[in-house]
Amino acid sequence: MNNVFVYCEIEGNTVADVSLELLTKGRKLANTLGVQLECICAGYNLGDVEKQVMPYGVDKVHIFDAEGLFPYTSNPHTALVVNLFKEEQPQICLMGATVIGRDLGPRVSSSLHSGLTADCTQLEIGDFEMNVKNAEGEMVKKQYTQQLYQIRPAFGGNIVATIVNPEHRPQMATVREGVMKKEILDANYKGEVVKHDVAKYVPETEYVVKVLDRHIEKAKHNLKGASIIVSGGYGMGSREGFDMLFELAKELHAEVGASRAAVDAGFADHDRQIGQTGVTVRPKVYIACGISGQIQHIAGMQDAGIIISINNDPNAPINTIADYVINGTVEEVVPKMIKYYKKNSK
Amino acid sequence: MSLKIVVLAKQVPDTRNVGPDAMTPEGTVNRAALPAVFNPEDLNALEQALRLKEQFPGSTISVVTMGLPKSAEVIREALYRGADEGYVITDRCLGGADTLATSYTLSQAIRKIGAFDIILGGRQAIDGDTAQVGPQIAEKLGLTQVTYAEEILKLDPVAKKIVIKRHIDGGVETVEAPLPLVVTVNGSAAPCRPRNAKRVMKYKNATAPAERTPEQVDAMAEMLAKKPYLNITQWGAAEIDADPAQIGKTGSPTNVKAVKNIVFKAKESRTMTDSDADVEGLIVELLESNTIG
Repeated sequence: MNNVFVYCEIEGNTVADVSLELLTKGRKLANTLGVQLECICAGYNLGDVEKQVMPYGVDKVHIFDAEGLFPYTSNPHTALVVNLFKEEQPQICLMGATVIGRDLGPRVSSSLHSGLTADCTQLEIGDFEMNVKNAEGEMVKKQYTQQLYQIRPAFGGNIVATIVNPEHRPQMATVREGVMKKEILDANYKGEVVKHDVAKYVPETEYVVKVLDRHIEKAKHNLKGASIIVSGGYGMGSREGFDMLFELAKELHAEVGASRAAVDAGFADHDRQIGQTGVTVRPKVYIACGISGQIQHIAGMQDAGIIISINNDPNAPINTIADYVINGTVEEVVPKMIKYYKKNSK
Repeated sequence: MSLKIVVLAKQVPDTRNVGPDAMTPEGTVNRAALPAVFNPEDLNALEQALRLKEQFPGSTISVVTMGLPKSAEVIREALYRGADEGYVITDRCLGGADTLATSYTLSQAIRKIGAFDIILGGRQAIDGDTAQVGPQIAEKLGLTQVTYAEEILKLDPVAKKIVIKRHIDGGVETVEAPLPLVVTVNGSAAPCRPRNAKRVMKYKNATAPAERTPEQVDAMAEMLAKKPYLNITQWGAAEIDADPAQIGKTGSPTNVKAVKNIVFKAKESRTMTDSDADVEGLIVELLESNTIG
């Protein structure tokens, strides 16, 4: 009872990276609170899926294996999470801020009337006091201890808000892939495995949506794991403008990223977006080309080792966090970088 | 066969273009400098609704928004583009609502509007980026949902089924779901058609009661007697039979403990020109330190 739960996202029978990252975080939160870490694995033909999650320090794995649970659809997964939570009364529930997590989380929170904070960038345990109404209707101070601080950017990334839900359980949060770090705790960690009777949790009437067709493409790039990223902003001017970034990236063995403005303008594909509403990256080198540096972008790349900004606006906000600022247009500078890299690299 | 379509819309500050004037010298957000706009993905949802209306003549589109009285602006915008009627849910006691209290309030309003076949809304709003209100409304109304929708491929009003193409992580999926349901639409779906000039003429004087100044009330009453469609329905918490414990700040499980403006720590940076010498110098330096190479 009152443990930390992670809902694991499963494609086929592979647990998603974001879920393993959340198990790592969940383990730390559970240690701070002195409780156990549990997780939910729901799908079909899961095999020994528990072996994938146990090394992250999971004390109990709840397995729901039935036809109809894969591919994911909203109602059956909501039913099993809600009904399990009614029995287990977790104090914290974490999910990936993925298409699945953002489809499932709100339904579960609505059903349990618990608070949910989307796209958290930090999760901490802490105490605080708040003014609440007592039985006589007077405002009094009330102390809360060991609460989950759900920290997230808001308002387009211009502010950071710390959210708490003191009076409702579980405290629910979603986190984007790449925001937390995934770390194996103990390859031989032994937790309990519970295989649930799915029919007890999911009434037949919940299987209402049919998946007729499904295409998963292998990711075209590896932005998250790239050690060098060449990234373009609205200043690239066009989709063709991005061509020179791909050329530079090819020379540097780098990946190409983009700001939200560039993606919204159609210059780059959505899956290349870096920032609060895109991918969070931590490369060794980040070359920002024609990116002004709205906070929502900076939030997703500020931990890069070396930041090089190429911008014809000397006052571009990104320049304040850059190690190197090149005052000039991308059209001038990028071809020169390619030229001098070729000349000097060997 | 005609359909009853509900579209959820929100008026939001335009956070996409937070320029230099949108920040105060202290680095805080100058909200007044941000224009209020129709939440972009709600426009994509409206377009899907308008396409259904074309496909099934006689269908009606009711647009619902919750917010300040001035949020009736999004209702007018929707009327200009082809919606049939609008509802503004506004009340002081609704202030401070989180997504759960908001979805409760909107679900109560939708119940009051009556029977419907489909509820469409944007995937998320750009002020909060949470994507929670759509699924929570679905849960409150006991309906299923299809989120991240890209396109409605087919709707069969007799069999009461809909086929939708949606985005999933790393791919696409086609699903078949029963009506009625809630569908949230992506920004990459078809953009909304522009205003129709005739409809702008017809609806430009449409207002919600809270928008009217005392001087306008009598003239408006006269106009509404002839043109009742110029009234944007306005409901408060009482009109939608809202449970006071589930609305506004009281009905919100989440509390904001602290808010801070982001101030990034400025680094010691080296500035250079775009000259050949400077660019080559940088490349050589990065190569020599094995930073690249």
